[in-house]
Amino acid sequence: MNNGVQPILQFDSVTVDFDAGPVVEDVSFVVLPGECRVILGAAGSGKTVLLKTALGLVRPASGRVWLFGDDITNLSEERLFQIRARVGMLFQEGALFDSQTVEENVAYPLLSRISSPTRQQITDVEARVLESLKFVELGHTIEKYPSELSGGMRRRVGIARATVTEPPLVLYDSPTAGLDPITANTIMALVAKERDTRNTSTVIVTHRYQDGQLMANFRFDPRIGPNGESGGHLVPDDHTRVGHKTIFMVMRDGKLVFEGSQSELENSADPYLHKFVRR
Amino acid sequence: MFDFLKAPISDLQDFVILAGKAMANLFRKPHYADDVANQMDQIGVGSLPIVLLVGTFSGVVMALQMAKALSQYGATGQVGQIVAITLVRELGPVLTALLVAGRVASGIASELGSMKVTEQIDAMRALGTDPLQKLVTPRMLAAAFVLPLLTIISDYVGITGGWLTASVMLHLTTSAQYWSTAYKALGFLDIAQGLVKPFLFSFLISLVGCFQGMRTTGGTQGVGLATTQAVVVASVWVFVVDVVVTQIFTSVPN
Repeated sequence: MNNGVQPILQFDSVTVDFDAGPVVEDVSFVVLPGECRVILGAAGSGKTVLLKTALGLVRPASGRVWLFGDDITNLSEERLFQIRARVGMLFQEGALFDSQTVEENVAYPLLSRISSPTRQQITDVEARVLESLKFVELGHTIEKYPSELSGGMRRRVGIARATVTEPPLVLYDSPTAGLDPITANTIMALVAKERDTRNTSTVIVTHRYQDGQLMANFRFDPRIGPNGESGGHLVPDDHTRVGHKTIFMVMRDGKLVFEGSQSELENSADPYLHKFVRR
Repeated sequence: MFDFLKAPISDLQDFVILAGKAMANLFRKPHYADDVANQMDQIGVGSLPIVLLVGTFSGVVMALQMAKALSQYGATGQVGQIVAITLVRELGPVLTALLVAGRVASGIASELGSMKVTEQIDAMRALGTDPLQKLVTPRMLAAAFVLPLLTIISDYVGITGGWLTASVMLHLTTSAQYWSTAYKALGFLDIAQGLVKPFLFSFLISLVGCFQGMRTTGGTQGVGLATTQAVVVASVWVFVVDVVVTQIFTSVPN
């Protein structure tokens, strides 16, 4: 099935239990390099827990999870730190550190790996932070605190922090939740930009089918856009790039009820899936 | 049959695990010296005004109470001795600990609780930092360092408050006699008891605050609950440990 390619992320019959009962039940799937996974589901369907399990933040009650070929199911927190360094994660509300400036937030993943940084290393980190903030078009907010930013800006800083180390896999937890449609599109354009310019594998958890549609049918073009967008723009994807494909998954009450392409999802006879897609 | 004991025993177990890990982190890298200094400032310098105020008043009240009681026996000259012993052994450590519990345990619990419900603790783990190492150990270390210092300051201003009341205002005793009896009354064990207590209390206050904060669930309502719990639990444990330490010290022959 994998054609000999090592999966980036693999779930094998994973069940996660909380006090009130299972929140993820017998879920299995494989993410290959370069793939874009869109996990759809209503609130409380277990999407966020699934993402946290992928990162080892939540331990499964049964089943196994592999990240970059390592079985992380029962790995110690210290070992997990090394593996997590290769994954970026955008949390639902951004989860920026309130007590730190935007610059310190974005620099955090870089500086946390250096025990006593030299002056040269600090200069390098500053340059990478600025580059990452410019990537999300927020270079001017470097000295602000998260509380001074709007919800969309916080999300964008969250993306900058998740991607500043240029990880091969980025997980996005409801990147557009609670945002107006225009800001939501801006965020999704940044997600596509990150995916296409750095060629990262992407897993997006969302309740908006439009987010998945955008990821499946558009790609980022770094050239100047028709309306003078100097930072590039999204263009319809001709699906000619090798290895790039978007796969949809649908979660319902902790179970994986669908896995397949956009057309398979749209043509499904299942009334629940149909309702979801129509929304 | 004993199912009702499961939850408190499980909580105690979790607390002991957190405390053990926080202490083991003292011997593991990385060390966050900046965070320790920052917490010392917040816990120590931040608590200083209220500790000074309450410490002074506790000495004043002690002297006022003793003035009446001792005058019945014609022993008003001993007021310095009684104020010093009471403050150094008991009132200084316990009052300071309760003030710091109210101010710091609640602050820690609400800060860490807010971080927990906004996924900042998860983000920290995702970004390769151990939240216990970064958040709990510095608070524990800072409290262990500053609470004995705050207690010493509280004892000093309390004894000074007693002197102002007994010697300057009520003329129960001369200044020389007050300070002389106060100084002579304090033995090594009194001082040791007065310093061991705040040192132990500091762990209770900081770790209970951290524990309640780190296990917060359920949004802002959960943060409020964690904050209240932290103050109540830390205050109760301060009294429990106080009794145990006092019992140990009183059973030691002078």
